[in-house]
Amino acid sequence: MRPSDLLHSRPEGLYCPTGDFYIDPVRPVDRALITHGHSDHARPGHAKVLATRQTLDIMAIRCGPDFAGTTQAMPLGEKIRLGDVTVSFHPAGHVLGSAQISVERNGMRIVASGDYKRARDPTCTAFEVVPCDVFISEATFALPVFHHPDASQEIGKLLKSTRQFPERAHLVGAYALGKAQRVMRLLRDQGYDKPIYIHGALTRLSEYYQSQGVDLGDLRPATVEDGDKADFADAIIVAPSATFADRWARRFPDPLAAFASGWMRIRQRAKQGGVELPLVVSDHSDWDELTATITETGAGEVWVTHGREEALVRWCELNGIAARPLHLVGYEDEGD
Amino acid sequence: MNRFAELLDRLVLTPSRNGKLKLITDHFRAVEDPDRGLALAAITGELDIASVKPAMLRQLVSERMDPILFGYSYDYVGDLAETVSLVWPEAPESRPNHDITLAEVVQKLQSASRSDGPAVLARLLDQAETSARFAIIKLVTGGLRIGVSARLAKQALADLGSVDVAEIEELWHGLTPPYTSLFAWLEGKATKPEKAARALFRPVMLSNPVGDGDLEKLAPTDYAAEWKWDGIRVQAVSEGGIRRLYSRTGDDVSGAFPDVVAAMEFDAALDGELLVGSPREATGTFSDLQQRLNRKTVSAKMQDRYPAFVRCYDLLQLDGEDLRELPFTTRRARVEAFIATLDPDRFDLSPLVAFDSWDQLEAMRREPPHPIIEGVMLKRLDSPYLAGRPKGPWFKWKRDPHIVDTVLMYAQRGHGKRSSFYSDYTFGVWSGAEGAEELVPVGKAYFGFTDEELKQIDKFVRDNTVERFGPVRSVRADRANGLVLEVAFEGLNRSTRHKSGVAMRFPRISRLRWDKPPAEADRIETLQALLD
Ligand SMILES: [Zn+2]
Ligand SMILES: [Zn+2]
Repeated sequence: MRPSDLLHSRPEGLYCPTGDFYIDPVRPVDRALITHGHSDHARPGHAKVLATRQTLDIMAIRCGPDFAGTTQAMPLGEKIRLGDVTVSFHPAGHVLGSAQISVERNGMRIVASGDYKRARDPTCTAFEVVPCDVFISEATFALPVFHHPDASQEIGKLLKSTRQFPERAHLVGAYALGKAQRVMRLLRDQGYDKPIYIHGALTRLSEYYQSQGVDLGDLRPATVEDGDKADFADAIIVAPSATFADRWARRFPDPLAAFASGWMRIRQRAKQGGVELPLVVSDHSDWDELTATITETGAGEVWVTHGREEALVRWCELNGIAARPLHLVGYEDEGD
Repeated sequence: MNRFAELLDRLVLTPSRNGKLKLITDHFRAVEDPDRGLALAAITGELDIASVKPAMLRQLVSERMDPILFGYSYDYVGDLAETVSLVWPEAPESRPNHDITLAEVVQKLQSASRSDGPAVLARLLDQAETSARFAIIKLVTGGLRIGVSARLAKQALADLGSVDVAEIEELWHGLTPPYTSLFAWLEGKATKPEKAARALFRPVMLSNPVGDGDLEKLAPTDYAAEWKWDGIRVQAVSEGGIRRLYSRTGDDVSGAFPDVVAAMEFDAALDGELLVGSPREATGTFSDLQQRLNRKTVSAKMQDRYPAFVRCYDLLQLDGEDLRELPFTTRRARVEAFIATLDPDRFDLSPLVAFDSWDQLEAMRREPPHPIIEGVMLKRLDSPYLAGRPKGPWFKWKRDPHIVDTVLMYAQRGHGKRSSFYSDYTFGVWSGAEGAEELVPVGKAYFGFTDEELKQIDKFVRDNTVERFGPVRSVRADRANGLVLEVAFEGLNRSTRHKSGVAMRFPRISRLRWDKPPAEADRIETLQALLD
C-alpha cells in the first residue's frame, strides 16, 4: 500500500477512501473530520462531523447550532475505527480544541497536523509529537525569515507603549478565534488587571474560552454607541484588524494601531497595513518549529500544504526527506 | 543594542511628529551614556563607520545558508538588510551573557580594519538578536531611513532639557559623539558646554513656499524681494583666524572651496548662495556648480575652470557683534556696506528687486533675467534673523517647474511593496530628422503618480511589452503607439553618461497623457534649449 492509497487530495479536500471520510473539506461532504475551528478548516454543511468537543462547540458558535447533520466528539488520544482505518486526534497547540488527526492502516500512519505551533500557549493544550510515516504539515510561515519571538516579550512592548502614550487608545488587531484570547491571557499573565475592551465579534468566543477555564479577566464591550471618547484613553481594545478601517474605530481617542500576527515580523507588512506597533505573536509554527517537528515525527515523507510550500519542500530535500506540496485549494493565509 | 533597535523599529512606523519626539526623548531618558549619544549620532548621521557593500552581506549569508532558501526569503521580504537580519542563523552559544551595547558594536566596527571588517560584522551578527541584527546592518550599510531628520533629533534634545532648539543648533557643531557634556547639561547636571571652537555654524533662517492665497494677505510694502539663485546655500564664517564654509545643514564644505576660503579676509559670518563663474561677468549654471560639489579636495585646474564665489544676502555677525536681532533693513544696509570691502571676484551682493505690486513681481518672476534664477525670495523688512523656518518673515516664490511630454520606453519592477508592479520608468523624447525620428532616453522617474495610476501604467506595460531583460521590460513606443508621460523637473544638467547629453534634476511624472499621440511628445531640442 502506498501512502496515497490511504489519503489523497480531491477537489473537496483530503480524502481517505478506505475510511470514506475527508479531513477539513472545503465543500460539503458526507463525513468530515475537522482539525480546528478556523473558518477555512471548519465549514458548515457536512452530514456527519467528527472533531474535538471544543472544536464542535466553536463551530456551533461560529456557524450556528445546525452547522452539521450529526456530530461526534472525539476525546484526544482515543482511537476509533472508520471502515478499515484507525483514527485518533492529538493536540496541535494551535487554538482551543485544535487537533492533529492520525490515520492508520496496516502499520502505516499518516498524521494530518492541521495548523500547529510549538510555542507555549496558556489558552490551549500543548502540541504532542505523534511518530508517523507521513507527516502533513502546514507552511504558513515556512520561510527561514520567520522567527516568532517569545510572545510575552511582544506583549511587554504593548504594555510599554501604553505607559509611553497614555493619552492614546491602544487598538490591538487579533484573529477572533485563538489569537485574541491568547493576547488577553498574556496581558493578564503580565499583571495587566484593568478591563480589556473587546469588539462584538469576539464576545461569544471569549466567553466560551472563559467557560473552558481560560481566565481572561474583566472583559467589556467596546461597542457602546456615543460613548465618551476619553473613556478609552489609556485603554486596550482588542478587535479583528479588519475593523480598524471601519467607522467603528473612530470612536477611540487618537488610536494607536497594534497588530498581533506572525506577519508582523516583516517590516513592510506592518508599514503597508498602517500598523504602528507590530506584535510578532503567532499561532502557527515558525521555520525552526516546522523543521524541528518534521524531524521529531521521524516521518520519511512530508506533504506540505497551505503557505510557502516550496521552501519547506526544499528543506526536506536538503535533509534527505521525501517531500511534495499537497495542492489543496480553499485555504487562505490566516490572519495570524 | 536591543533598545536602540527597538527605537529604530518604532520610529519607522510612527507617523506623527509628536510620537517620534516622545520616543526619542524617552530613549534619551532611559538609556545611559555613551549609548544614547551614539544613538543620537546614528540618527543625525554623525556616526563614522566604514561601510559594508551589499555584495559583502550576500557573501556572508551565502556562507551560512542554502542559496535557494535565501532566494525564496529575499524574494518574499524584498529588502536585503532585513532579509539577512531575519535569516541569519541563531548562534546562542556566541551570545554574551549581557545584551551587547551600541557602544560595543560601534567600537568594534570602528576599530575593524578593511580586511577583517566582514568577519567583525559576522561576529556581531552572531551575538545579536533579530532586531539588533537589522540595526547593525543598517549602521554598516549606511542610511537608517527612519524618517527622522537631524532637526527632529535636536528638537527631542530640546524637549529633554526644556531649552530652545536654537540653543542646541548653535552648540551642535562644536560637539562630537557621544555628546556626554550635552546630555549632562540638558539633565541639569552640568553647565552649558562652552562653544568649543571658534567659527561655529549659526543655525540658518529658512523660508516657506508661497501658498495659495498667501500673498493677498500681505502688503507688498512690508517686504523686500531678491532673486532666488539656484546654487548652494552657504554660511561663510571667519572668526579669530579660523575660516569655515558651511552648508545649509552645517556641514563643513571648506575643503571643496579653497578659492572662497582664501578670500575670507574678515571677521564675520555671511549668509549667501554659493555659485560658480565670475560675479561681474557670468554666473555659471547649476551643472557647472556640480563640478565643484561633493569633493574633499579640488584641483587648481578645476578652480580655474569653475571659480566659486558667494552671492551674499545677509550678515549675521561682524567684528564680534551679533546682528541677528536687528531688523532686515538694518542688516541689509550693513551687508551692502560690508560687501563693498571684500574681494569682488569672490563675494558680491544679491541685488534687491524693486516692485510695487505682487502682479508686477509675478511678471518678473516668470521672466527672470538669468537662467540660474529659480524664483524670488520675499523678506519682511522688520524681521530679525531667526533660526529655523518661522512662518511669515521669509517666503520663497519659485519659478514653476519645467514640464515636457515624453514617451515611456522601459519599465522596471519596483522593490518592497511595489515589487509586483512595474513602477520605475525610463522615458524619452524624439530626436533625429523628420521622417526618421527616434526616441532617446532622457530620464527615469518612479514617483509622481497615484496608486490607481500605477496600476494603469503597470497594465499598459504588461500589455505592451516588446522585450524583457530581467526585471526590465521595453514597451511599445513609436510615433503612433505608446504612452505619453508628462514629466516635471527642476532643471537640466549636461551629462556625458547619457546618450541624450542631458540629465534631469528631480524628475517626476506629473500627468499621464493617455489622450496624446506619442508623435506629439517633445523633441530633444526643447531640452537642449534649457541648457544654455
Ligand atoms: Zn488555523
Ligand atoms: Zn489553516
